[in-house]
Amino acid sequence: MKLNWSLFLQRFGLALVYVALAVALSLLSNRFLTLSNQVNIFRQATINGIVAVGMTLVILTAGIDLSVGSILALSAVVTADLLKQGVPVPFGVLVALALGALMGMVNGLIITRGKIPPFIATLGMLTVGRGLTLMYTQGKPFTGLPEAFRWLGTSSVMGIPMPIILAALVFAVTAIVLRRTRFGEYVYLIGDNPTAAHMAGINTRQIIVLVYMISGLCAALAGLILIARLDSAQPVIGSGYEFSAIAAVVVGGTSFSGGEGTLFGTLLGTLLIETLGNGLNLLNVSPLWEQVVKGVVIALALLFYQALNPSKK
Amino acid sequence: MAIPRLQLVHIVKSFPGVQAVQDVSIEAYPGEILALAGENGAGKSTLMNILSGSLLADSGRIWLDGEEVDISSPRRAQELGIAMIHQELALIPQMTVAQNIFLGREPRFASGLLVDSRKLLQQAQALLDPLQLDFSASALVSDLSIAQRQMVEIAKALSFQARVIILDEPTSALSERESDILFALMRSLREKGVTLIYISHRMEEIFNLSDRTAVMRDGQMVDIAPTQALTPQMVVQKMVGRELKDFFPKTEAQIGEILLDVRGLRSGKRLQDVSFSLRRGEILGLAGLVGSGRTEVARVLFGADPLDGGEIKLAGQVIHPHSPQEAIRLGIGLVTEDRKVQSLFLGQSVRSNASVLLFEKLTRLGFILYGRVDAWMRGAISQLTIRTPNLGQKVRNLSGGNQQKVVIARWLSINPQVLILDEPTRGIDVASKAEIHTLISELATKGIAILMISSELPEILGISDRILVMREGRLMAELNRAEATQDRIMQAATGQIEASG
Repeated sequence: MKLNWSLFLQRFGLALVYVALAVALSLLSNRFLTLSNQVNIFRQATINGIVAVGMTLVILTAGIDLSVGSILALSAVVTADLLKQGVPVPFGVLVALALGALMGMVNGLIITRGKIPPFIATLGMLTVGRGLTLMYTQGKPFTGLPEAFRWLGTSSVMGIPMPIILAALVFAVTAIVLRRTRFGEYVYLIGDNPTAAHMAGINTRQIIVLVYMISGLCAALAGLILIARLDSAQPVIGSGYEFSAIAAVVVGGTSFSGGEGTLFGTLLGTLLIETLGNGLNLLNVSPLWEQVVKGVVIALALLFYQALNPSKK
Repeated sequence: MAIPRLQLVHIVKSFPGVQAVQDVSIEAYPGEILALAGENGAGKSTLMNILSGSLLADSGRIWLDGEEVDISSPRRAQELGIAMIHQELALIPQMTVAQNIFLGREPRFASGLLVDSRKLLQQAQALLDPLQLDFSASALVSDLSIAQRQMVEIAKALSFQARVIILDEPTSALSERESDILFALMRSLREKGVTLIYISHRMEEIFNLSDRTAVMRDGQMVDIAPTQALTPQMVVQKMVGRELKDFFPKTEAQIGEILLDVRGLRSGKRLQDVSFSLRRGEILGLAGLVGSGRTEVARVLFGADPLDGGEIKLAGQVIHPHSPQEAIRLGIGLVTEDRKVQSLFLGQSVRSNASVLLFEKLTRLGFILYGRVDAWMRGAISQLTIRTPNLGQKVRNLSGGNQQKVVIARWLSINPQVLILDEPTRGIDVASKAEIHTLISELATKGIAILMISSELPEILGISDRILVMREGRLMAELNRAEATQDRIMQAATGQIEASG
């Protein structure tokens, strides 16, 4: 019976925590459960959620991508500039996505061909990407983007804001890819044991490069939605986003040692962190405390998974 | 007889859902080697972990040299002079032998602030000298072989004045020569009155070495008897609880034309001029000491190591696999020697582990056809009698024998032409071992060409049609089934006869 309990907690523990938090907050604040506040939480969560989808794949391969914030920034400012110069909106969007995927590909190639640890490789990309962004913008923001583009961040379908629809699509499509396709199987297998994956004839380098490309792509898409909503592309946009994304993935139960975790967990992790921030805000807790609380929650989540999985090395 | 060194009385230990040790009583005497046999999961390790303080018994009592003791922790066991040498060694590779032996209790000076390195070395050397080992106390552990590291563990145990030393399958990673050195040391410890408890799967070792043999099955002590009064068949029968008809069931296969022809194979310094051929339906045994180049032959054929010279022909065509992926496409499979490190995805399902090679074929637009994968899986599970509650079970939770069957199933999924098996039954319980031997024979009858590397000579002799012996990267002998004996293989493997042809 003891075994079933830990399995139960592993599967549903996070959902229980989320429900408990929601119940507590709805008792503490009468604004929490309002539709507008809930929509607000989801909309806030979309940016981090989309970045966290790519990050989940990366961490499943036992890697890490510190460069997502910089990839988001560079693709966002380049696209903002192009749009302001009047290029067609679909073309601008494609440029951003291609740039994100390209930067991810460079990460992947440095890791697989150069045999540089992901932490170092993507730390390099973090710095290079941010430097290029500052150079490109000369430190000045791009504002006043075309309406046709801002549709990505501001429109809604049947009352559901476009960012939420897009994020839901990204989660759903990636979840299907992870669960039903050969690529998805390979991601888990490589994360579990790269040597065995190689010996089973899997082209591990190709899969890892693809994973970092997807991470870059997700970051670029998140950047587009962000600037469409804000109507502004700041040179420092996206700073620190890697930490929020990693936090969402880890709270969602994905193991840093690779091969274990789900996108559903990442979704819950994202919502949990966002709800926590929203709750503290509603309760008029200082935003400075918010960081401390988030850090403590992440540490608690890790201790929790460790306690449930003592047999693992 | 004298007072027992050790008495375990009515020991009981259960884990959630399993009664691992059920009312077991056993005694051991000074100057005795007691073999402890049993299949995986029989409760041997649990019992020994209780004795060495890693686990607490639910009930039962333990006497040591006539005094009742309470072994509450590994540290307490150490103080009492009970040492357990685990399969996974616990030495720190970056430190010297002496530093490892006296870790945490180094001789000190300057009021305990500084380690007295000279005295440390002297004391360690004084421990090693009587053991007559071929390395010194100042050697780095990382430079030592697995066998030598085990000697260090034993020396460490002796530094605690160990009265009881438990060895958990110490030879599973050793070559026969290294094992012999270990056995000589064990015998000399027996002379000195130490009690040794020896856990092993290998019958010939048990019969070579032990004074008495205890057999466990399903958490119970089935039998304890003087080893002389037993035969290997009797021990195996008691272990599995039924009669195993034949240790090495060999079905004669129809041996066909030459499928794999290897000429002048070279790779780095590990392989020099290796030539042999392998026919369809043939089981070719590859013997030799660990490090003789056997595994390298397998890795080069499988594209995992570079081919620096020579020629490989498969069905008459010259091939040059640059990666495992290419080798697999050519129909070459490799069951690796260390399944947990090189073959298995321990945290993934039985399904993913067994059908990983099928994902290449059974997909449509990148989507895996799980219906067809599962249909194949059910067939493989019944063909290989893989014991798993369901296809989603994590491979980590399977026994060693079932894990190995999962690996073999993986290769059968692609209908290989050539299947290389490197130590296919290492660390596997006796019943699964026999099943795997039967399976290998069956595969040969289907026309698969099989190259089997093994350190266990009875296994090599039992099922091979022909045997190659390697030493220091070269082929030393080629023996047919009729002329091969343990002695002739060992002579070739240790260089006592010159290379043939």
